[in-house]
Amino acid sequence: MKKALYKTAFWLIVFVAGTGKAVADTTFIRLATTTSTDNSGLLDILLPAFEKHNEYTVKVISVGTGKALRLLREGDVDVVLVHARSAEDKLVDDGYGVNRRDVMYNDFVLVGPDSDPANIRGTTDATSALSRLVASNSLFISRGDTSGTHNKELQLWEQAGITPQGHWYREAGQGMGKVLQIAGELDAYTLTDRGTWLAYRNKAPLVIVTEGDEHLFNPYGIIAANPARYPDVNYSGAMALINWITSPAAQNMIGNFTIDKQRLFVPMHDLVQPDGNQ
Amino acid sequence: MTQLLDTSRQALVLLFTGDPALWSIVSISFSVSLRAVLIATPVALLLAFLLAHARFPGRRVLISTFNTLLALPAVVVGLTIYMLLSRSGPFGDLKLLFTQTGMVIGQIVLCFPLLVAFSHATLQAADQRAWETAVTLGAKPWQAMLTLMYEVRYGLIAAVTAAFGRIIAEVGSSMMIGGNILNYTRNITTAIALETSKGEFAQGIALGIILLLSALLLNFALTFMQARDGTAR
Repeated sequence: MKKALYKTAFWLIVFVAGTGKAVADTTFIRLATTTSTDNSGLLDILLPAFEKHNEYTVKVISVGTGKALRLLREGDVDVVLVHARSAEDKLVDDGYGVNRRDVMYNDFVLVGPDSDPANIRGTTDATSALSRLVASNSLFISRGDTSGTHNKELQLWEQAGITPQGHWYREAGQGMGKVLQIAGELDAYTLTDRGTWLAYRNKAPLVIVTEGDEHLFNPYGIIAANPARYPDVNYSGAMALINWITSPAAQNMIGNFTIDKQRLFVPMHDLVQPDGNQ
Repeated sequence: MTQLLDTSRQALVLLFTGDPALWSIVSISFSVSLRAVLIATPVALLLAFLLAHARFPGRRVLISTFNTLLALPAVVVGLTIYMLLSRSGPFGDLKLLFTQTGMVIGQIVLCFPLLVAFSHATLQAADQRAWETAVTLGAKPWQAMLTLMYEVRYGLIAAVTAAFGRIIAEVGSSMMIGGNILNYTRNITTAIALETSKGEFAQGIALGIILLLSALLLNFALTFMQARDGTAR
C-alpha cells in the first residue's frame, strides 16, 4: 500500500515536472532585466500589451546588469534588457548575444543632502561637480556592484581624473534603492538613475544637485541569446519581443510612460538615427 | 557541471593569491560575530540557569518564547533594528546604522534565543548533586552556579558554537543593518550576496569556502580541547 503510494507520488512529480519543461520551451520568454526598469513600473505597462498580441508569456528576472549579462552568457535566459553599452558590445562580440537593438535612454542625476556641503546644487557639469564634491571632503556612496549605474559612475570619475578611493568613498555593493537609503542616512552624495530616484525621493532626505549633462545619459539595449550557441533558448520568442519593443507602438508607450507626471525614458524612436538602424 | 568545476578551480586560485579586500571582509565577519557571541553568552547563560533552576511566575512562558524565537528570521531582526537605528527612528541620534556596532547588536538579538534555549536544555539535564555538593561545602549560590556550569561545560560550549555558527552564516540582518559597505561593514555573507548579484560566482564560492574552513578550524579546536581535557583526567 505504502509502496504504491510512493510510486504514484513519484510518477506524479515526473509528470508535473515534465509538462512544466515542455511548456517553458515554447511559449515562455525568460527576460533578464535590471532592477531599474522593473522597479520603475515600465514593464508592467509594456509586457501585458506584448502578451496580448502574441502567444508568449514573459517571465521577468530582475537583477543587476552584471548578473543579467551573466545569465545570457550562460544561456539561462532568452533575452536581456540592460544598460551597460560596453559590456553589451563585448557580449555580442564574444558571440553570446545577437541582434542588439537600442530601445530607449534615460538619464542619471547626482543627488545629495539638502545642506549640500559641496555647494554644487544646480550645476549641470557632472565632472566638475564631482571634483568639487571631493575637494569639499563630502561622503560619496558608490553602488560598487558592477551594475550599469556603477559603470557609469566609474566612467565619470575617470573623466574627472579622480581615483575614487579613501575615507570619503564608500562602496555599498547593493541595489539603487538601498544606496539611496544609505546616502540619506549618512548625509552623502550618490549617483542614481532618474527612475529609481523618482520612486524613492519621498523616502530619502536628499535632493537633486546635478542633472542635464549629456555624460549622464544612459542608453538601454535589448539582446537575444545566440541560438547557435544555445539551441534550447527561445530565440523566436526573444526576437518577437525585440521586434515589438522597437516597433512604433511600443516606442510610443515608452515615451508616454510617466511617474508623477515626469517622463522617465526617451524612446530611441525619438532620436535621429545617423546610421539608419532602428 | 563544467561550469561548477571551473568556478571552484578559480575560487581556489583566488584564495591562495589572496587580496587585501578579501581579508578585510573575512576579518569583519569574525570580529563582528565574535563580539556578538562574547557579549550575549554571559547574559544568556545566567538567564538559562535561572530558567532551569529558579521557580518564578512566567517561567514557562519565557521558555516557550525563547524556543519560538529560534525561528526568528534574520531579515526580520535586521528590519526591526534598521527602523530603530534609522535617523527617523527612536535611536537615530546614536548614528549606529551602517556601522559594525549596529551589526553586532543585530547578531546579539539573533543568537541570544539560541544560547538561552540550548543552555537551558543542558542545564536542566545537569546532575543536581553538583549544585548540592557545592552548597554543602559552603559555596555561595553564584559559586555553586559556576560549578554546575563547569560540570556541563561541553553542552554549553556546543550551544555557544551553534550560536556562533548561526550568526557568522546569516546574511539578512548584516545586509540590512550593515549596508555591505566595503572595508566598513562588508562581511563574508553579504560579500557572497554581492558577488552573486554581479555574476562573479567564483568569488562567491571562494568566500563560501573560507567561511566553511574557518568553521571547521573552530570546531577542530574545540574537539581538540575536549579530547585533551578527557585524557588529562
